[in-house]
Formats: sequence, C-alpha cells, structure tokens
Amino acid sequence: MQKQAIFQSKLLPYALVAPQLAIVLIFFYWPALQAVIQSFLLQDAFGLSSTFVWFENYIELFKDPAYFEAVVRTFVFSFAIAVSSLSFALLLAVMADKPLRGSMLYRTLLIWPYAVAPPVVGVLWIFMLHPSLGVLSRYLRGLGVDWNPLLDGNQAAGLIILAAAWKQISYNFLFFLAGLQAIPRSVFEAAAIDGARPMRRFWTVTFPLLSPTIFFLLVVNIVYAFFDTFGIIDTMTRGGPGTSTVTLVYKVYSDGLLGGNLGSSAAQSVILMVMVIVLTGIQFRFVERKVTY
Amino acid sequence: MALRHFGAAAAVAITIGMGASPALAVTEIQWWHAMTGANNDVIVKLATDFNASQTDYKVIPTYKGNYPDTMNAGIAAFRAGNAPHIMQVFEVGTATMMAATGAVKPVYKLMAEAGEKFDPKIYLPAITGYYSTSKGEMLSFPFNSSSTVMWVNLDELKKANVDIPKTWPETFEAAKKLKAAGHDTCGFSGSWVTWVNLEQLSAWHNVPLASKANGLDGFDTVLEFNGPLQVKHLETLVELQKTKTYDYAGRTNTGEGRFTSGECPIYLTSSAFFGNVKAQAKFNFTAVPMPYYPDAKGAPQNSIIGGASLWVMGGKSAEEYKGVAKFLTFLSDTDRQVYIHKASGYLPITKAAYAKAKEEGFYKDQPYLETPLLELTNKEPTENSRGLRLGNMVQLRDVWSEEIEQALAGKKTAKQALDAAVERGNTMLRQFEKTAVK
Repeated sequence: MQKQAIFQSKLLPYALVAPQLAIVLIFFYWPALQAVIQSFLLQDAFGLSSTFVWFENYIELFKDPAYFEAVVRTFVFSFAIAVSSLSFALLLAVMADKPLRGSMLYRTLLIWPYAVAPPVVGVLWIFMLHPSLGVLSRYLRGLGVDWNPLLDGNQAAGLIILAAAWKQISYNFLFFLAGLQAIPRSVFEAAAIDGARPMRRFWTVTFPLLSPTIFFLLVVNIVYAFFDTFGIIDTMTRGGPGTSTVTLVYKVYSDGLLGGNLGSSAAQSVILMVMVIVLTGIQFRFVERKVTY
Repeated sequence: MALRHFGAAAAVAITIGMGASPALAVTEIQWWHAMTGANNDVIVKLATDFNASQTDYKVIPTYKGNYPDTMNAGIAAFRAGNAPHIMQVFEVGTATMMAATGAVKPVYKLMAEAGEKFDPKIYLPAITGYYSTSKGEMLSFPFNSSSTVMWVNLDELKKANVDIPKTWPETFEAAKKLKAAGHDTCGFSGSWVTWVNLEQLSAWHNVPLASKANGLDGFDTVLEFNGPLQVKHLETLVELQKTKTYDYAGRTNTGEGRFTSGECPIYLTSSAFFGNVKAQAKFNFTAVPMPYYPDAKGAPQNSIIGGASLWVMGGKSAEEYKGVAKFLTFLSDTDRQVYIHKASGYLPITKAAYAKAKEEGFYKDQPYLETPLLELTNKEPTENSRGLRLGNMVQLRDVWSEEIEQALAGKKTAKQALDAAVERGNTMLRQFEKTAVK
C-alpha cells in the first residue's frame, strides 16, 4: 500500500491541516501561554494594575503548607477513585461478559451513568446521603453510624470518592468489556482443558491479557480524578468541611475565582499542566510499548 | 441545506436588528443581576416599568447566576472590554469593587455628572453607610438589603413550653428544652456560619471584627475576631454540637430547609429567608432580633446589612451614564421602594419608604418584617458596627468556615480555630493589599 499521498500543490497539505492547527493553537496553546504569563504577574481581579514578579507566585505556593496538603489529598483521592472504580468495573465487566439472557440490556444500563454530568452526580448523591435530607443517611443513623459529612472530613472525602468512582465505572466497564471480548476464546478453553478453575483462569489468563487496558484506564482515571471531579466537589462539599475535600483543581478555582488571586491560581494551573504532561508522557511510553500482550 | 437557510435567515435577522436599534435611538443599559424566583420577577418588573416610563433608555436585565458567578462574569467582561452598565454585587464584594478605581463609577459622581437630583440624606444611613466612603460619599446603590434575624417556629416552642429567647443563654436553654421535647437532631441552627457567628455577633456586641473600623478606613486592616466574646460563643456552640442541641447546617444557606421542614425550631439566618418561609412553612412563625450576651457591655448594639448593591461600571459614554442615573432615581421613588420591600421582603432603602410602609400598617400583621430594620437602627452605629470592608471576602469566609468546622468537629479548640482563622485571613488581606490599586 502506498502511504504517501501525492499533492500537486505544496500549499494544499498545509491548507488542509490549517483548520486543525488553528483550533489547537487558539484553544490549547493560546490559553496555556496566557496561564504561564499570568503566573508571573501580580494582578488585581480587574486587571487594572499588574506587576511582573518573576517566580514569587510559585515561591509563595511552595511556602504554603495548605498547598502540599492539597497535593497529597489529590493523590490519595485519585488513587482511591481509580482503584475502586477500576476494580468494581472489572467485576461488572467479567459478569456481563458471560453468556446471559438479555446481556445487551445489562450492558446498556451499565453504561448509562457515564452520560450524567458531574454536578448532577453530586446532587444525586447529596439527595441520598445529605445528613438531614438524605434517604440513606436515615438508615445509616438507624445503624448507629454518626453520619455527618458536613463536619466529618473523612466521611466527606469518602462521599466524594464514592460519587466520583461511581460516575467513572461505566467508562471503565465499556473498555473492560471490549478488552475481554478481544481475548480469544481458545485461550480460555485451553486453560479450562488443562484443569484451571475460573478464579485461576481469571488471574493467570484474563488479567495479564487485560493489562494494556488496565494500564490505559489507570492513567485515564487518574486524569479524571485530577480534573473532572471539580463539579462533584463543588456541588457536594465546596471543599469542606475544613479543607478536607480541597483538591488541586478546586484550589485553582477557589484561589482564582473566589479569592481573586489570579497569579497564584495561574501558577497552580501551570503546575497541574506539567503533571498532566508527565502522566500523558508515561502513558505514551509505556502503554504503547512496555506492557506485554 | 436547511442549515444554510437558517444561516441566511439569521444573517438577515441580525442585519435588521442592527439597523433597527440606532433608528429608534434608544440607549440600552445592561443590568446584570443574581436574582431568581420571585425576586427575578421584581427585577423584570422594575426594568419593564422604567422602559415604559420613558422612551430614551432601555434597561435590559440579565440573570448571570448566583452572587459570585455574577461578580466573576462582570469582572471577566470588564477584562474583555464589554462590562455591563450596572452590576449587582453582593455586600462582601464591596471591597473588591471599591479597590477597582477606574473599573467602577461611584454613584455620587455619576449622579453629579449626569445632573440628576440626588440627596444622600433621604436614604437610611444604616444601609447606605455600608456602601459609602468614610466621608459619606455613596459608591454603590443599595438594591436588596437584609440582616440576620432569628426565625422561630412558634408552634414547636409552644409545645415545648418555651418562651421566645432574647439572649444567647436563653437561646441555649430553649434549644435544650426543644431537644428534650423531640427535636433530637437539632435544637437550633443557622445559615452563613461566619456572617451570623462572627460578623454579626461582633457588630451586635460592639466588638471589632477587624481593625480600621472593620476595614472601612483602609486596606491595611488586621483581623481581630479572636477576642474573648467570639471565642466564648464558639466554645459554647462546639459544646452544644456534641449533643446536637446546636447542629451545624453548612457554610451557605443550603440548610434553611431544616427550619421550614420543622426539624430546627430556632434558626438564625437572613431576613430575606422570608419568601421561602412564607411559601413552605406549615406552622406559625416569626422572626425576632438576634440574641445577645447580657454580660457584654452595651449589647445589643446594631446589626449590619447583608444583600447586594448596584455598581455602575466605568468606561461608558455620558449618554449611557445619564440613563443609568435616571434609572437610579427611578428606583429611589418612595412607592417603588415600598413595592420592592413588600414583594421581595428586602428592606426599603429610603426613610420615606420605611415611614410609608409603617403608615400603611404593613408591619401590624407581619411584625417580623420590621425586625431587621429595628436591628439595623437599634443604636447609632459605631466603628465596630458601621459595616465591614475586607478584600477577598468570599474566600475569607470560606477560610473562616473551614476553621469553625474544625472546631465543631473537635479537631481544634475554639481558640485555636479562631486564631488560625485570623492568621490565615490576615495573610489573604495582605495579598489583597498588594494587588489593590493605590
């Protein structure tokens, strides 16, 4: 097959990629550049006065213990969300992969939650677990649990992790199901003939063959937990109680938009941007090559 | 094809639209606000009435989300060079707006330049003081004002054989009795935890929240609310939280349903809660002044306002400012103020409107609507009760709430929490001072 397309004019290929390039430049590079510039400035909310302060915003940030707490918290959240969501989705996918009557229906229903917007997810879980409004809170109280995420930071954190993980299950489920179906049946049959029981078949055959999918999803889930949980946090806890649910992204919002401290907010965004670049780099390097099939 | 037709139609419509407005020579005045429900209807009616009253100007109200959203939208629009003419900004945004010299047009200047008759003495000083310089120059136009009151479920108090409390010790006793009488999840509670338990508490007892007259006299203000009164108050709340005699209801007003549902029979929040109480409470209710500590000297002093004011944005033409000035005069009209007061439950801003509402017997059946006015005018305001003006106030409140939550959860003592709140708050105030336009 001939891979190189032949263009009569030298300009035509550039013209063809120009729209895509324009979109990337305007919507990605331009704002990113703005954030980098802003992170070196000290500016009032209205942009009336600005002073170039070099790395002062970054230095202030690294001196702030609250920032490190937020970093640690974000990693704990991401890990908890990714692990709980991935393991539950894998369980569901393995179940749904079995030849069942009406399996199409189950699969479709399991994918639905993905279509729910994060703030709506937050509201849904609030209705179930709000200390005074929630349906489930009443049962928890009945069981003798002192359920009050408005004051108990660990409970609030648990609530966020639960809601965020729940939302991501569908996405993971979809990839796991596709991954499972891509594994040739003959491998299972061979293992079964060799006398491997279902649990052993899962750990020695299915799991290794799924590892590329798992690794891909792990990265996607961590990125999700880093960024897309903002809506859930904003509707459910607004960072409280105390600072127990303030993640890095929530801090960017709260310092920049609520606090009017755009310089620090921009510096935090730049750091986040670097983190994502690293994560994406890891994904490209390892998912594409190192994971054994 | 359909799309192309649509595009063509839209283009035609836009051309017609663009051609039509200059022909009529109507100056449009954009008004961004944060009012929903019944209060949104009031805004729309005010704009419609103003537009019908003359032909030169057209006020166009636009809902921009809640208070912080509206303010952020306005700031972003200003940065992009297309700010609205009038922006409704909540009281805690006052310092940020004030610091933005050039981004805003002070109301007293606007009125003078537009040649509009304007007498600052017709307004209630307890309300306009919050939005004026220390010299008494009005910077923004008070639109919807409220204050903290104590909402009481009369039926439940009667059932538990409890009198309406006047002081804090009486309130705590009442809450204990109410808890014993079946309100085991909430004897009393309140919204806006920092507004009620720090800001209003300090003003009501004539102790400073911050130096420099709570920030009114300068951005170099320092927080001072870790004094004995505030610490004692928080200590008591922490103690009562353990038994749910007091039960924390969140940082904003999301817990207000706990009063209307009957769960919390005593609830401290804004007087503007009236609309919801009236619509949802299936019991007899009233609103009384905030409780006070009788051993505090001179208490109760006077309360400070909450709510929002209208800021006029800078960089518009003289013709547009003339329209804005006319609109503000229109809003100051006595009958119109009485209408806003009755329809929204927010306070009238002119002395004449207050007098008229009283004369009409408006407070006879609903004495609780006068409660916030009585609180605001209880005594001549002092340095500690004129108002407050702190930069970054939205985030300051979040930080204070964080610390109060730590105390209520038993992770810190009341004193430690308030010390930390003061310290963290001061860091933010210094940051604000650095960026504020000098």
